[in-house]
Amino acid sequence: MSDAATAPVSVFAPWEDAQAKPLIQFQNVTKRWGDFTAIDDLSIDIYTREFFALLGPSGCGKTTMMRMLAGFETPTEGTILIDGQNVAAIPPNKRAVNMMFQSYALFPHLSVAENIAFGLKRDKLPKDQISARVEEMLTLVQLNRFANRKPHQISGGQRQRVALARSLAKAPKLLLLDEPLGALDKKLRQDTQFELMDIQEKTGTTFVIVTHDQEEAMTVASRIAVMDHGQIIQVDTPSKIYEEPKSIYVADFIGDVNLIKGNVSRTGDGHATIAWAEGQPDLTGISHQDLPIGSAATLAVRPEKLSIYTSRPKDQANVIKGKVLDIAYLGNMSTYVIETPSGDLVKAQIANTRRIHRRQITWEDKVWLSFTETAGVVLDK
Amino acid sequence: MRRLSWFNAVSLTLGFAFLYIPMMILITYSFNAGKLVTVWSGFSTKWYGELFRNEAFLDAAWVTLKVAVMSSSIATVLGTMAAYVMVRAGRFPGRTLFSGMIYAPLVMPEVITGLSLLLLFISIGLDRGVLTIVLAHTTFSMCFVSVVVSSRLVTFDRSLEEAALDLGCTGFEAFRLVTLPIIMPAVVSGWLLAFTLSLDDLVIASFTSGPSSTTLPIKIFSAVRLGVSPEINALSTIMIGLVTIGVIGASLTSKRSIAKRQKDEQEAIK
Repeated sequence: MSDAATAPVSVFAPWEDAQAKPLIQFQNVTKRWGDFTAIDDLSIDIYTREFFALLGPSGCGKTTMMRMLAGFETPTEGTILIDGQNVAAIPPNKRAVNMMFQSYALFPHLSVAENIAFGLKRDKLPKDQISARVEEMLTLVQLNRFANRKPHQISGGQRQRVALARSLAKAPKLLLLDEPLGALDKKLRQDTQFELMDIQEKTGTTFVIVTHDQEEAMTVASRIAVMDHGQIIQVDTPSKIYEEPKSIYVADFIGDVNLIKGNVSRTGDGHATIAWAEGQPDLTGISHQDLPIGSAATLAVRPEKLSIYTSRPKDQANVIKGKVLDIAYLGNMSTYVIETPSGDLVKAQIANTRRIHRRQITWEDKVWLSFTETAGVVLDK
Repeated sequence: MRRLSWFNAVSLTLGFAFLYIPMMILITYSFNAGKLVTVWSGFSTKWYGELFRNEAFLDAAWVTLKVAVMSSSIATVLGTMAAYVMVRAGRFPGRTLFSGMIYAPLVMPEVITGLSLLLLFISIGLDRGVLTIVLAHTTFSMCFVSVVVSSRLVTFDRSLEEAALDLGCTGFEAFRLVTLPIIMPAVVSGWLLAFTLSLDDLVIASFTSGPSSTTLPIKIFSAVRLGVSPEINALSTIMIGLVTIGVIGASLTSKRSIAKRQKDEQEAIK
């Protein structure tokens, strides 16, 4: 892709570098339980210092992948390499991998400091070294004041930080995070996401996070793997996943999207044009796929990429005519649902830069939507 | 406080009377001065003195205590292990059969358990004494421990054990350092249950005890057959007293720990 080639060298993107040695390699890994296939012939490389997100609906196999890395499950077929070493025969307690559990799994009978020291004590480190490391970890997650409390004596957000400190205490090569923020409320979750990124940068540890929250994956990850039915559908940076989804599944899974079905009428120059409804002009979007003329295709375009006009706009690549069916006021923005004459619904999201009574568009108004040639992506089917 | 309606008051009185009048009579007559059990002839504590001079009773009490401590301890170890395997091993061939067999002694008539143990001890030529009672009590109280412990293990968050493994524990270390401390209350109550069962067992003990090893329930039962003596009333009163202290103590401790926990949690929210 052109923007990758021109990107400055300082940008962290080891997956673009053919010379880079991956930290984790899944090679044709399959995991079956009886008839159920949790992971289906999956191959992926994850690099050192990455913040890698496994994103997908529940049951897509993302947790199984993580548990195989931790050593709690073994692949039915294929190999997993960590740092070039096949880990099949290495039990969880011998792996330089630590995990932060969804339920935090803090030991209720031990204090915060003892929880953090637990892994260090198993390594038979000298006492003063352990207490120094515990102190360091407590400072990292800002819980020094709570060192002697038991897990039930601290709040949910603090527990989450203890779990993080405990899993980082042994300075693992790889930290696995299983839905780490699921139990926190939204505000706390957002704060913690930034904290997580900060800690990841400070410690230089490779993080693999499992989540079903796309916003969370978008915020924290360097790359996202979108999974479904035990397979990785697309691996890319958050912006690529959002702006250039390679399939309808990915486009639909991440964020809000308009999917406009039609037939390919023209292709070339990295673009494709579809004819989609009688009386409406054809729509053009980016296309990286080889789409034969006349084949069925879908244009995926994000609602916020659309502009809304009360008269037909000039010099715009794509125009859709319709009337306002619904307006949802969300505070910072409004979503307009437009019904086209053919009965299709198209959503447009417009930032509310003006006070509400100054806005002129209302229900049943005739409007035109428009977007640029690079705003949408044309995907097969 | 709300006043009880007369109906509730009457039901309450009747219910408690039903439960406690027999024991009140027993306790009252333990302080009777006379020898006759059912005729009141003045207050005295002399039967308590008699009791503590009665070597046979003291011996029996000592045997009972030894048997109860040993059998409940062995049963706790075996029962916890059985519960752990049954809850954790997942599916394996014969799992249902094995778990059924662990719980079968719960419903088995004691006479049959006692008789079969007696036959076993005779056939392998084991002399009946403290050892055989301990073995017999372990056999039947183990399943009670197993039930108590496995009901705790079912609700145990497995990720705690996985976290321990993840942090470098071997399987046994994970059990010793994480699982066992957390399920300890269930293990202790399993032990207490086994201890109590052993303490008051008459049927199985009478099959498996020898002439030199009479337990207290056997002693009381055989003494009563020769006529109820006030000494036995005194002994029973002591036992009731001990049980009462135990129950009150346990409920006070748990009440205090609940109160402490609530206070701690309140502090956490602050």
